[in-house]
Amino acid sequence: MHTIKHQKARSLYPTFERKAPGADVSHYCPGCGHGTVHNLIAEAIDDLGIQDRTIFCSPVGCSVFAYYYFDVGNIQCAHGRAPAVASAIRRTNEEAIVISYQGDGDLAGIGMSQIVHAANRGENITVFFINNAIYGMTGGQMAPTTILGQKTVTTPEGRNAANEGFPIGMAEIISSLQAPVFIERVSLANAAKVMKARMAIRKALRNQVDKKGFSFVEILSPCPVNWKMTAVEARRWLENNLEPVFPVGNLRDLPKGPFDRVDKKKVARISNKKILEILGVGEEEVHAGTVQLQEEQNIKIAGFGGQGVLSTGILLANCAIAEGLKTTWLPSYGAEMRGGTANASINISHTTIGSPIVSFPNVLMVMNLPSLDAFEDTVRPGGAIYVNSSLAPRKVRREDVAAYHIPVSDMANNLGAIQSASVILLTVYALVSGAITIETLQKVIPLSIKRKNLVDLNMRAIEAGIAWYGENC
Amino acid sequence: MGQHLMKGNEAVIYGALLGGATHYFGYPITPASEIAHAAADLFPRCGRHFLQAECEVSSISMLYGAAAAGARVITGSSGPGLSLMAEGLSYLSGSELPSVVVDVQRAGPGLGYIWPEQADYNFIVHGAGHGSHSGVVLAPNSAQEMCDFAYKAFELAEHYRCTVFILSDAYIGQIMEPVELPRQIQTNPHKDWALYGDAKSRRNLLSSIYLKMEELEGHNLHLQGKYRRMETEIVDFEEVLTDDAEYLFVAYGISSRICHSAVNELRKKGIKAGMLRPKTLFPFPSVRLRQLAGQVKKMVVAELSNGQMVRDVQLAVQGAVPVELYSWMGGRIPATDEIVRRLEKDVAASSS
Repeated sequence: MHTIKHQKARSLYPTFERKAPGADVSHYCPGCGHGTVHNLIAEAIDDLGIQDRTIFCSPVGCSVFAYYYFDVGNIQCAHGRAPAVASAIRRTNEEAIVISYQGDGDLAGIGMSQIVHAANRGENITVFFINNAIYGMTGGQMAPTTILGQKTVTTPEGRNAANEGFPIGMAEIISSLQAPVFIERVSLANAAKVMKARMAIRKALRNQVDKKGFSFVEILSPCPVNWKMTAVEARRWLENNLEPVFPVGNLRDLPKGPFDRVDKKKVARISNKKILEILGVGEEEVHAGTVQLQEEQNIKIAGFGGQGVLSTGILLANCAIAEGLKTTWLPSYGAEMRGGTANASINISHTTIGSPIVSFPNVLMVMNLPSLDAFEDTVRPGGAIYVNSSLAPRKVRREDVAAYHIPVSDMANNLGAIQSASVILLTVYALVSGAITIETLQKVIPLSIKRKNLVDLNMRAIEAGIAWYGENC
Repeated sequence: MGQHLMKGNEAVIYGALLGGATHYFGYPITPASEIAHAAADLFPRCGRHFLQAECEVSSISMLYGAAAAGARVITGSSGPGLSLMAEGLSYLSGSELPSVVVDVQRAGPGLGYIWPEQADYNFIVHGAGHGSHSGVVLAPNSAQEMCDFAYKAFELAEHYRCTVFILSDAYIGQIMEPVELPRQIQTNPHKDWALYGDAKSRRNLLSSIYLKMEELEGHNLHLQGKYRRMETEIVDFEEVLTDDAEYLFVAYGISSRICHSAVNELRKKGIKAGMLRPKTLFPFPSVRLRQLAGQVKKMVVAELSNGQMVRDVQLAVQGAVPVELYSWMGGRIPATDEIVRRLEKDVAASSS
């Protein structure tokens, strides 16, 4: 005859010092299911040899104090957020075994979004969902899983579908998603069912060890105190009332996950040198020019969306950097852009630029009539206006500014490169103002435009601009 | 050294990656979306992790999880997203987990619109979420500082075990300027409190729950002690022509850029204007402001809100000098000229 010696799982603390010095009973009420599930999980952790690797995410609810008991890494999460927390732990520590342990308010109420999306991403984590159809910690209120007619302190007449809706079947919701590999609902109603729960819990953890993916075990669990029953009555009520609403059984058990996971250990580490290269740290400058500005350039470029107004501004700012000047570029954005017009503010200066906003430009480049109408009056006396006369047929009305009317859209069309119209305008500005040189423009364009044929077209646009300047200025 | 023309929203990601960021979790929102775009492009290419979360409640919870697991983690968002993050921000403070959060402020309240405002100041600087807590709040006013502040944010966050906010605005996010990138990559250090899923860290517990009143009180006092320490250790600000200033602008972010221009214009007109620009909003440069209160005739706080930082300035100077608020809301940005004319008028009024 041999004796069976019952030993506490090694993954549970021998005494619960985090609860109180020397404490050897849990904080759970008599007849509660949490203790049973804790034991089953701890035994599985022991048997799988994953105690050191395990990180246990406690929820808000009765099991908030799971860290009293589990001798594993512990983190306490905001109400319902454990699956998001667990997802991030998973993506930080590849080898950790991450458990999210949640109640029905936590998972099916406040945390519905987090559980559904973690499941849908197929995170390689294990979720244990304790469904006791009521809120324990806060004192017996209705849960999303409270069954119809069940009396709670917030449904004193019993849950009424017409007012509170129906109990939510979480295992079924999770099984509507493609990514999870294992979904099972179990019950703690009697010893035989507890043994089935034990198997499901093990499977759900083993899947994670095997990097299979997202495993979900819903555990129907008694809450005698809030159900206002004895422990024995509670198990009977669970079997007779909860199980018909939440049928136990396996909903999914795939041999492998629905997608291949990258084994990070097999992927070559990216060196710091490579990272610096990717980020362009230490790249050589084009050249530091010696341009002397006659005055700070406060430029506004405006036109239809799609005329390259914003990108021409960026080109100009890049040229300014190459000339060794300080610069800022600020776009108009949002509704204005969606409405079809766009403008950018560019400043070029020898000294630190304060406000990047150009309210009163000394240089205005306009690609269409609405822009000329909108901004002509804002130009400071003595400033210059460059007009795309192809699309803005009227002359500049101001007499206290220099005006250049250049048919850049027609010129660009003749080159077969309508998108480079604004570059012609920019070329004339460069020649008139001397703020940037043509050499710089020619050097910067290939650096900011990837497509070779576009580079060539822009080079021809520059030539066209030079020719116009030669003939007209 | 090479300078890169980039948006503030991109620069913050370059700074973060060079600062050793290992993880980015976030949800897109205008005018902060380029942060997520740059992160989605660059984090994976640099062997780091990027994940678009389902909402900001989840992204901040992911920061909580990744930080707990020892990551250097960052997110970027704007006001409506920050409102959703309030819960997680409080938990991060409670569990003392280091993380970096960028707020590219837009106009509110509610959906408001995507134009710039600086109206998240009270919310971010004085403790986003429930409980007595805060974090370091850095206020960049250029694309360069978006990069530099992100670069140094992780070290600060780990040193104090707190959240470091980069409180930006739509213009500093959207502006493109030359940025000089740091030349060294920081490494993410081992943290002996983190959860690594190994034998050494097995007994670690990260939690913000305290069942004994005296323990929770002690935890709160510990946090407040940390915040007080920041005041003597990391206050940072920039001064513009304060030596002989009689009129002092106090402004941060885009407002400080405009005030800087206004100071230059006013000096040309013979008015002795200057500016103090807090680079840290928490801790706040109260001591320096108190000193300047003995020198200047007036302080003008220029902000894109109903007047939020102005309260901290008033608290700092304790009535020693008049403090006036120039305020704009709803996304409207003053031209330099508008500020110049207003101060000229104030000067004339006070001397008549």
